[in-house]
Amino acid sequence: MPDTVTITVNGAGIGVPAGAMVSTAVAMAGIAMFRRSVTGEPRGPLCGMGICFECRVSINGQAHQRSCQIPCEPGMEVRTDD
Amino acid sequence: MIDVAVVGAGPAGLAAARSAAESGAAVTIIDENVQPGGQIWRGGAAECKSWLHEKVRLVHGARVFDAHLGFIAIECADGKVEELEYRSLILATGARERFLPFPGWTLPNVMGAGGLQALAKGALPIAEKKVVVAGSGPLLLAVGSYLREHGAEVRLVAEQAGRSSLLRFGLALTRSPNKARQAARLRASLRGIPYQTGCWPLAAHGSEKLESVTLRRGSRTWTEPCDYLACGFGLVPNTELAALLGCRIEEGVAVDEHQRTSVPGVYSAGEATGIGGLDLSLIEGEIAGFAAAGREEDARRRFADRDSHRRFANALEKAFALRSELQKLPQDSTMICRCEDVTWGRVRACQSWREAKLQTRCGMGPCQGRVCGAALEFLLGSKAESVRPPVFPVRIGSLVRYRADEKETATDGHR
Amino acid sequence: MRVYDVAIAGGGIVGAACAAECAAAGLKVVVVEAGVAGGGATAAGMGHLVVMDDSPAQLALTAYSCRLWAELRPALPAEVEYATCGTIWLAADEKEMAEVRRKKCVYEAAGVPTEILGLQELAEAEPSLRPDLAGGLLMASDAVIYPPCAARYLLDRARAQGASVLSGFAADLTNDGIRLRDGSFLAAGFKVDATGAWAQGAPGLEIRKRKGHLVITDRYPGYVRHQLVELGYLKSAHSSTGDSVAFNVQPRKTGQVLIGSSRQYGAEDASVEQPILQRMLQRAVEYMPGLANLSAIRAWTGFRAATPDKLPLIGPAPGRQRLYLATGHEGLGITTSLATAKLLVDQFLGRTPAIPIEPYLPSRHRA
Repeated sequence: MPDTVTITVNGAGIGVPAGAMVSTAVAMAGIAMFRRSVTGEPRGPLCGMGICFECRVSINGQAHQRSCQIPCEPGMEVRTDD
Repeated sequence: MIDVAVVGAGPAGLAAARSAAESGAAVTIIDENVQPGGQIWRGGAAECKSWLHEKVRLVHGARVFDAHLGFIAIECADGKVEELEYRSLILATGARERFLPFPGWTLPNVMGAGGLQALAKGALPIAEKKVVVAGSGPLLLAVGSYLREHGAEVRLVAEQAGRSSLLRFGLALTRSPNKARQAARLRASLRGIPYQTGCWPLAAHGSEKLESVTLRRGSRTWTEPCDYLACGFGLVPNTELAALLGCRIEEGVAVDEHQRTSVPGVYSAGEATGIGGLDLSLIEGEIAGFAAAGREEDARRRFADRDSHRRFANALEKAFALRSELQKLPQDSTMICRCEDVTWGRVRACQSWREAKLQTRCGMGPCQGRVCGAALEFLLGSKAESVRPPVFPVRIGSLVRYRADEKETATDGHR
Repeated sequence: MRVYDVAIAGGGIVGAACAAECAAAGLKVVVVEAGVAGGGATAAGMGHLVVMDDSPAQLALTAYSCRLWAELRPALPAEVEYATCGTIWLAADEKEMAEVRRKKCVYEAAGVPTEILGLQELAEAEPSLRPDLAGGLLMASDAVIYPPCAARYLLDRARAQGASVLSGFAADLTNDGIRLRDGSFLAAGFKVDATGAWAQGAPGLEIRKRKGHLVITDRYPGYVRHQLVELGYLKSAHSSTGDSVAFNVQPRKTGQVLIGSSRQYGAEDASVEQPILQRMLQRAVEYMPGLANLSAIRAWTGFRAATPDKLPLIGPAPGRQRLYLATGHEGLGITTSLATAKLLVDQFLGRTPAIPIEPYLPSRHRA
């Protein structure tokens, strides 16, 4: 099993340790804002355990994925809100 | 057919599964994470190996979204839906952090204390990041210690409980040398990091993300620049599945001395029955596992240990009780419901929690009131409403696959 | 002791609309709601404002009421989320397209503009629908609102014009007024039963509870643009026995997709029943396959008040002294609440109603 996994975050490639969550990749890409709230506020992970839904990003085109619960897989395409 | 189904692979769930398996039962654990361990042993820590019995079947990455007498419905990581029939069910669903709102708490990089630790365990880079740890509970010490160990610059640990409360707790510790040793080790690991009691956050500041936090201690307030604020005010039991099954809920899931809930065939153990810490969770799990497998004698042997750990847990709860000043932290413009962006001003203008829900949609978002509900219980004394399935958001497709083979006699629209 | 002109039992959308109309007409009115105002079927339902042609009387009532909603729209606060998204009635095959053409004539005769959508136009209007439907009928002026806030607005308006609103008080209507369960009594000239599924009904026109399930998704802005209903919805609403489901989705202003619909008689408790929920969602996915991938964040139920002839009861209860009924709206309570209020107060004051009132009178049933 490789030591690093490469995924893309907003189109840019990023390598993370094997087993790292998608939230790690987003943070390593220097992004603090994972999503915008319903009134447009910047939001990021809060609970780290999959219950707050603030860490949601789009993964491979599927919206509302909880990034703190999903390990990175090679080639994953992650998109945060702008 | 599963003899004993266990929901949750944290310490209580693993212990329950082990006891039940040792007693000869066919045991399956269902857990939502990739690896067992729950929160405290997140990432499949070494301790898990000794507690995970080889005959126990572990279904990981699966969420239980509905529960009935005799079967539970799970949505697996690959999108499949499974109905698992069981003879006995042990709910070891653990706890989540209590988040209290204050101005700026929704800024990116303001996280739970356990939250930041969980993310760091998922490889979130924290080396050389300035972190303020705040809120309440022994968890803050564990988090501060973990973060420091992994290279973070922990600026301080701000505990809202006052010095006198904690001193009283210190006395309780002397009755339990084991726990006193644990506490001392923890304290030592934080040497050099200020541990401020009677101290809490007033506001977090930043434009697009956290830049600093203002804290209060007595008459003094000051602002601490930081990259992360790891802030949680104690733990709240995850009782939703139990409530769905009709179990009586008190401080957590109500259980008798054999960890039986008010619903026959359903047991509960660990933090879900009330916050009590690791050691208590393990013992409760063992008792529940033995009891569920019909080994009441073996269960009874653990009662005395459990009682002593419970006493300790009660002392802990008293020591870290949340002070009333925290009820004044949110301003009218502070967000209460993060899912629906409902402010405190709008919520407190309503006559009841139900009215607030209907008028503002507070609590109607994907977190299903798990975040705002615990805060509102503290701020208003309001209790959660009845629980409906799905207990977690699930794909529509999963609900279509669930019980898809039921035969109905009536007509559907037109075919 | 205070004496009211009107005492209304039930603070849902119908009771609220009646209170607002009474207060506007200068009547002294009290509304008594057992739970939270707008917390019953008002909170559970889909909040659609639709012109429905199930019968001439239903068409007249819904068209009148939708006009009233459109007139009220400028006064409604933002939380009511009034959105003129329109409705598309979906035809799955040529047989249903014939039905669509027939409906168009009926609506046109009533002065309601509609547009027939062919295969291509339907696909453009709603790309997420399965591509092999035949077409549909677009009712562009149909709308969606968020009912609990609408009920609250109507009650606030009533209060501003002198009405009293008591929430959290269970009560019973008597010959002379309304008696609260705590013993206190409010005298009133006219009494109105607007308690929905719990209302009494009239001889030959008993109210039956008709349970419905709904599911709401997370936010997917633009996924659904119009309210979408299969033609079979009418058959489902029509049946007087058995359980049925029919495809009906609605876009909320939040971008969430609200999915219905199901109908059951004889179900008394509000729990979510997976067998019928499964059927409802399966039907939905048949029309909109991509729905399967959306996240369902909540499911809930509500009880419609159903009458045997599918029309509400608006008027004096036969054989009861000055007791009026404003109930039995089945799946059209939100839509027809405003017209119900008008027709009710017309009867109190002897005003000429805007539409013939006979089809809705509780005395209409003759053994």
